[in-house]
Amino acid sequence: MTDFLMDDIGLSHALAVLIAQTLGVFVVAMFGLLWTLLGIWIERKIAGRMQDRIGPNRVGPFGLVQTIADMVKIIVKEDIVPRGADRWVFNLAPILSVMGVMLLWVVVPFSAGWIGTDLSIGALYLIAAGSLGNIAVLMAGWASNNKFALVGAFRAIAQLISYEVPMVLALLIPVLMAGSLSTQEIVREQHIMYAIAVPLTLLIFLVSSQAEMGRGPFDLLEAESELVAGYQTEYAGMKFGMFYVAEFLHAFTAGVLTAIFFLGGWRGPWAEDVHILGFVYLMIKSMAAYFVLIWLRMTVPRLRIDQLLNFNWKFLVPVSLINLLVVAFVWKLIPDTDTINSLEDALLPTAALLVANGIMIGVIGWALRERGRRERARIASIYAQPAAGD
Amino acid sequence: MEITFQSLTFLIFSVVTLGAALMVVTTRNLFHAALYLMLSLFGVAGLFILLSAPLIAGFQVVVYIGAIAILIIFAIMLTPQVMQVVGVRNNQWMLSLGLAVFFFLMLVSVVSPFMDEVGVEDWSTDFKEDNPAAVPDDTLVDFGQSIVDSQRYLLPFEIASILLMAALIGAVLLVSPPNKAKAKRQPIYDARDEMEVQQGPSEQSAAGD
Amino acid sequence: MDLNEWVFVGLFIALAWILPATPIVLGKILGPKRPNPVKLEPYECGVETVGNTWVQFRAQYYVFALVFVLFDVELVFLFPWALAYNQLGLFALFEMAVFVALLIAALVYTWRKGALEWS
Repeated sequence: MTDFLMDDIGLSHALAVLIAQTLGVFVVAMFGLLWTLLGIWIERKIAGRMQDRIGPNRVGPFGLVQTIADMVKIIVKEDIVPRGADRWVFNLAPILSVMGVMLLWVVVPFSAGWIGTDLSIGALYLIAAGSLGNIAVLMAGWASNNKFALVGAFRAIAQLISYEVPMVLALLIPVLMAGSLSTQEIVREQHIMYAIAVPLTLLIFLVSSQAEMGRGPFDLLEAESELVAGYQTEYAGMKFGMFYVAEFLHAFTAGVLTAIFFLGGWRGPWAEDVHILGFVYLMIKSMAAYFVLIWLRMTVPRLRIDQLLNFNWKFLVPVSLINLLVVAFVWKLIPDTDTINSLEDALLPTAALLVANGIMIGVIGWALRERGRRERARIASIYAQPAAGD
Repeated sequence: MEITFQSLTFLIFSVVTLGAALMVVTTRNLFHAALYLMLSLFGVAGLFILLSAPLIAGFQVVVYIGAIAILIIFAIMLTPQVMQVVGVRNNQWMLSLGLAVFFFLMLVSVVSPFMDEVGVEDWSTDFKEDNPAAVPDDTLVDFGQSIVDSQRYLLPFEIASILLMAALIGAVLLVSPPNKAKAKRQPIYDARDEMEVQQGPSEQSAAGD
Repeated sequence: MDLNEWVFVGLFIALAWILPATPIVLGKILGPKRPNPVKLEPYECGVETVGNTWVQFRAQYYVFALVFVLFDVELVFLFPWALAYNQLGLFALFEMAVFVALLIAALVYTWRKGALEWS
């Protein structure tokens, strides 16, 4: 898309490239942010319905303008910087937080020809951009000159870095199957959605993404009833607004990334020829993934920090490592997996992987059930002992 | 000296890297020093990109900035009295400055003879972009092949894992609780505690009747 | 010439700075400025702060960060392996399995030693 702008009006090559890129940057950035406004509304409506209430419906038709109203309200609030706070770092943190999430949009393939820039290291770039968000959390907690904010920040970092491991391990499976880090390549290689071939990996990715964003059952970081707002406690006005925007943008971006890596991105009937259709498919798939994330958030109660970390290091990480090895093993067993060029080629590997995934899920389910049984027996034996007062 | 876009970017990244590194050692606030370190590493990542090694740049950000810098910050936090701003306690700065200059000159004298191999005619001109060393087209795939190839880097690769394992075991030994009983899992919620409490008031009310 | 790809990233980073900074600056301008000592106090659920802001930092955080560094470096090795996997033989899988197994062993050791508990 940025190519056609290069036959510009006699401007030098470099300048034309610069202008075209800048325009592209604007388009991608604006798209991300504007979709966030819509995304916030969707989330609040769906969350409301799941909780048997309506959600915002007063401001504008169906409450669509609610988000804008909230933003306006937040902008005109007083900007309070607590005494003793580290000015520069305090102000930088929310900006860095938003930046970390916006940078993810650079490698999102909207359609066959539309992508910010097709980096050769797309998937690795995504993880690198995620690391920037972690730094923002640390800066926010430190600069606030508030004990609770600092503790909140430490816990947040512990959670964020812990769940990065299974997330990346899950991301590695599409990379392995497609043989490339480039997001456009990964989408092109998905003649059959990877979600059908490796559902366990999709599950792992969804769960660890949810934790990476500090959402849903993993939202100890900003739980209103604990540690106030965690590392964001001291932030008022628009700075808090920026953290808020970053969180929702991250949620929607996670949906988009799920769609790219596991649901086939912009692939669909006639997507190759009619580019706008590819864009539509991507949005539909992202919305579906986003819906699952909202659903997860609204359904499962909050986990404690030790439960959360135990779950990660004692369950998710070993499972995702073994998952990676098993998938790699099956992939090598099937012949000709390095040249999958059409749907028919992809059928056999997909079926084999599906069977392997089924076996893995079965084994994991059995192991969990055994453990649950043992836990229950242990607790029952404790209660069976006579109480001290008798 | 021609100013190309590339040389300008190189200049920016170099200034960022070196400037941030300078701030790391001169700033008085330890946390700021850690942040400047992150900035410096970021500059290095930029330099890697300029060297057409985006994979290494990615690793730099993910591992160095995303893990090791955070580890360093945590280590800083473990130090007591870290919040106090420390003044300059060292009176040997002249000696250290002399040593630093000496090492720098040594480094330059070692690297300069290799100018021709690297393909740079003159340090004052910028690196020619169309004259990199013979880079295989698919460096990423080549990297992957090299670490499992027994003729190339397989052994260092496996030894790396042993090294990491040793590091982790060492750290665990340092922080593991001395008392083994402490690490035993306790049921978080014991219903018996609550049952005893409930018996308490009823006993008192029975006694008070 | 793959450097051209990164121009976009550079420009995007610049824009990604400006875009959030603008509402914040706008907020600073539009918002009222009525500082009083109570507002400037660090928040502690309505109670006055006692003591310095330094908190008891548990060694637990360090262990988790270290384990993370370990696995991060493992990921660094896993990336090129996964990339080149299609061109590698089956033996490459076993080599990587050895690598992964060693690190899982380290994790299990940490687990058994109780260093992964949050107590």
